[in-house]
Amino acid sequence: MLGLGNFLPLSGAEGEGGFHAPSTEEFFPGGLLFIGTPYEMSRINLIMVLMTFVIVFFFISAFARTRFVPAKLQNMGEIALDFVRINIAEEVMGHEGRKYAPYLATLFFMLLGFNITGVIPGLQISGTSVIAVPLILAFTSWVIFNVQGIRHHGVVQYFKMNLFPPGVPAPIYLLVTPIEAVSTFILRPMTLTIRLLANMMAGHLLLVLFFSATSALLFDGQGFLKIFGLAAYAMGFAFTLFEVLVAFLQAYIFTLLTAVYISGATADEH
Amino acid sequence: MSNIALIAATEAVSGNLNAIGYGLAAIGPGIGIGILVGKALEGIARQPEATGVLRTNMFLGIAFTEALALIGLVAGFLFV
Repeated sequence: MLGLGNFLPLSGAEGEGGFHAPSTEEFFPGGLLFIGTPYEMSRINLIMVLMTFVIVFFFISAFARTRFVPAKLQNMGEIALDFVRINIAEEVMGHEGRKYAPYLATLFFMLLGFNITGVIPGLQISGTSVIAVPLILAFTSWVIFNVQGIRHHGVVQYFKMNLFPPGVPAPIYLLVTPIEAVSTFILRPMTLTIRLLANMMAGHLLLVLFFSATSALLFDGQGFLKIFGLAAYAMGFAFTLFEVLVAFLQAYIFTLLTAVYISGATADEH
Repeated sequence: MSNIALIAATEAVSGNLNAIGYGLAAIGPGIGIGILVGKALEGIARQPEATGVLRTNMFLGIAFTEALALIGLVAGFLFV
């Protein structure tokens, strides 16, 4: 098939000009700080640290001096926290959701902060587009819903509830139990991880592809190819806006699923 | 097909099989999300007061359906 590389000179060894196809190398940038030590930090690590400070600073300055009639920043903080508490925790778990609102809020704002860096000019890569972050968060959620389930039902009852769903004829358990075991205890954290990682990875690759094509077509393309460069730029712009939506949506879905898993683990049978 | 034609055919087709694999993986979830969102919108149109519950469940459904397409994408990178 004809690719962009067929029309344009591929980038030379100098790495200047030409078309650079994005690859997964994008997500393994070289170290910038503490090089040579086990604490070597790459651009992505520094972005994570920066966003952590931004989030902490936002909430501290919003709630440091709380007033009965909230001022601007406190209003924003309250709306943000209420969104998680009302639209995620209480929507899924009812009144019980208040108990888990702190964890869910932490999860949501950490994910939102780390996701949104994918489209912030100058940062341009999400903290969640390396597997470590989604994996650790999914593992934390996995531990929390299992521990809460066990604390609520007791070990035997919890596993019985999950592995032997009631109302199934006995021989079918041969089929149902392995499926339930894999889907509850292995696939849940795995899909949480992969959903977030793949979304942020694909989003970043997409943006790199469009803007790389823009640069290549505008500066190295001949004649009518320059028009395609403008089209690629327009698409890149549109997808940047789309990525803002994706960053929010993925943080929402990750938090929502965590809430659903916790609610499922601690629910009483009817 | 003669051997020469076969060799010519294989040389004419270039590129990565992973792309085709991902394309196949995207068909099912694409149809699935279409049906899912369509039905959710239908429900919202019929019963606007149930919007909150429907929207939450719609996103849940999307998350589960979309997982398949995303695993397809990751598999494309993993099994090179």
